[in-house]
Amino acid sequence: MNAHGRAGARRMRLRGLLRKEVLQILRDPSSIAIAFVLPVVLLLLFGYGISLDARKVPVALVVESPTAETASFTASFFHSPYFEPRAHFDRRGAEEALFDGDVAAVVVLRSDFSRRLYGPRGAPIQVLVNGTDANTARLISGYIDGAWRAWLDQVARDSGIRLAAPVTIESRVWFNAAVRSRNFLVPGLIAIIMTLIGALLTALVVAREWERGTMEALLVTPVTTSELLLGKVVPYFVLGMGGMALSVVMAIALFDVPFRGSFLVLTLSSALFLLAALGMGLLISTVSKNQFVAGQIAIIVTFLPAFILSGFIFDIESMPRAVQWITHVIAARYFVAIVQTIFLAGNVWSVIVPNALALAAMAVFFLGMTRRRTLKRLE
Amino acid sequence: MWHQIRALVVKELLAVWKDPRSRFVLIGPPIIQLMVFGYAATYDLRDVPVAFYVEDRGSDARELVSRFAGSPVFRTVAWLERESDIARVLDGRDAALVVHLGQDFSRDLRVAQPARVQLLIDGRNSNTALILAGYANAIVRDFNLDWLRRHGERMPPANLVVRAWFNPNLHSRWFIVPGIVALLTLVVTLVVTALSVARERELGTFDQLLVTPLRPVQILIGKSLGPLLIGLVEGTVIVLVAVLWFGVPLLGSLVLLYLGMVLFLLSVIGVGLMISSLVRTQQQAILGAFLFLVPAIILSGFATPIANMSDAVQLLTWLNPMRYFLVIVRGLFLEGLPAALVVHQLWPLSLIAVASLSAAGWLFRNRLA
Repeated sequence: MNAHGRAGARRMRLRGLLRKEVLQILRDPSSIAIAFVLPVVLLLLFGYGISLDARKVPVALVVESPTAETASFTASFFHSPYFEPRAHFDRRGAEEALFDGDVAAVVVLRSDFSRRLYGPRGAPIQVLVNGTDANTARLISGYIDGAWRAWLDQVARDSGIRLAAPVTIESRVWFNAAVRSRNFLVPGLIAIIMTLIGALLTALVVAREWERGTMEALLVTPVTTSELLLGKVVPYFVLGMGGMALSVVMAIALFDVPFRGSFLVLTLSSALFLLAALGMGLLISTVSKNQFVAGQIAIIVTFLPAFILSGFIFDIESMPRAVQWITHVIAARYFVAIVQTIFLAGNVWSVIVPNALALAAMAVFFLGMTRRRTLKRLE
Repeated sequence: MWHQIRALVVKELLAVWKDPRSRFVLIGPPIIQLMVFGYAATYDLRDVPVAFYVEDRGSDARELVSRFAGSPVFRTVAWLERESDIARVLDGRDAALVVHLGQDFSRDLRVAQPARVQLLIDGRNSNTALILAGYANAIVRDFNLDWLRRHGERMPPANLVVRAWFNPNLHSRWFIVPGIVALLTLVVTLVVTALSVARERELGTFDQLLVTPLRPVQILIGKSLGPLLIGLVEGTVIVLVAVLWFGVPLLGSLVLLYLGMVLFLLSVIGVGLMISSLVRTQQQAILGAFLFLVPAIILSGFATPIANMSDAVQLLTWLNPMRYFLVIVRGLFLEGLPAALVVHQLWPLSLIAVASLSAAGWLFRNRLA
């Protein structure tokens, strides 16, 4: 056979394979659902659902003996948008409310508050927070701290004495001036959803072919391993990129997340990430050859690590060194960094290039491993 | 009747157990995940990279900077020379925080004008940004109090004395690890159940099951008991690791914990069987499991508080069994929640279990048998 004929035959085989995959996708619409329905549902649910900005924190205010001074202090809580204050007259009731979870914090002004206010050591204001959820507890005590400082400023202005702190903080939060958690959660969610789509689309497909024995049938045809893989990757790659485009449009149009980078860079890095995710899915199904195992592994190595180890919510730098090493094998980690940067900061090459290279390396590794594992089965 | 069901349960357990790979995925990964996530999932910041841009050489400036640099929360990565360097280190994520003291810092302090310290924070993760700002606030507040005391100035008239109940040192690991108990039992049990019927239908053995003398309701019971046992063993192992390895205090009663776990598992099994009877292939079953799992986890309060969600989504969380079980697990672990309060979580959980199991039973009769 001459070179021209071989190339023609290869094209024909590939076309046949692609046709088979596309028909399979169309016959069982679950793949299309994964690519398009899953991102829409998840983004809507999470975009509106999750937020780390505490709002209207219920706080019990215990004023043991009300005076003008205590009233001026509690007023700062009633005027704050962060609190939903509830007046209590005794400490016991407030502590019970804290125990039952009806309030998140208790602020106690003791009966000697006004008397000690201008004494040498000042009056203590007791704050009890429910520490079960440490993160929320810290945020709430931060809000209470803010209310306390606003009240001190007020006292200083009213009494004309200088009480202002010697050093004041002027913070500016870059890339997300309003500190809106949605701005970083939505780009992170896109990365997680893409991990799901990429791995789910392919993890089960090949496992099913092994389980049903149709893989052996394919392997005895003249189709080469590379063609076989290409035939599997291309259709799902197209589906995945479609899902990605849909998610990005939703993030910008629906959730008003600022987009400061370029679409071209985002498209290229998404393509790299998708190849890595599809490669991982293919490898899972090639190794497990059983849909039950492939499904369990897909859930275990995709969604949960992408959720917890990618830096999406939990800060990677704060994890123990050993766990930080593990995060390096999670593709979502690199993609989360890229997507958050492209959305909020712009094309920062020092972030994008190393992360994109890591994704490319993972894609090559997973696809190469899948190819080797499939070759071995032939023998 | 019972020995027939027992035979079915034994068969179910064998179906999962006899294949070494599926045996492995039930044991290995959950333990590995518990260990990794237990250490990874924390909101407590450590070693946050910080850069300083200090234009003032006074001793007060030096003292404030050393308080930042000496804190275990921060790790100094750079001393900047030019203002333009600020953008460079923040953009490239080399530093998450830049502390800037202007050249007037010492002079302002001397002449009793508020001296400003500027904090520039990377907001790409706004949660980390807020926590960082909180730590920085505390450092500056301590500096202020010490400075006032040293210079014999008037102290502020009132001070906050903050105490955290149940978790005095505010370890977020104590909060997260009990949550992982709920997370992993949910994942394993749901997938086992969702695939059990789907696999038999795909392989054609379900028809054989239907021609046995077993009635559909007996098949349903048999199909639920297997995953229930698997889930209970899984949950027990994870609780043991949480207590013995991570040292999370378990203050509440074990009876209540297991009561909650059984009800939670039954609700999850009901959902799994519903998925199983609605789908035709294992692929669709896995998809269905995912479609339930991902929202159930994200909308449970596991990582982000339910109180922060929008009102409509909060209503939706009432249907989520994991929401109740999380309150039970965390309450029993950290607060020693009394039975009277656990009941508030148990009855919705039983309603969900009854509803999902009856729906599964109905689907069984009408779609399969």
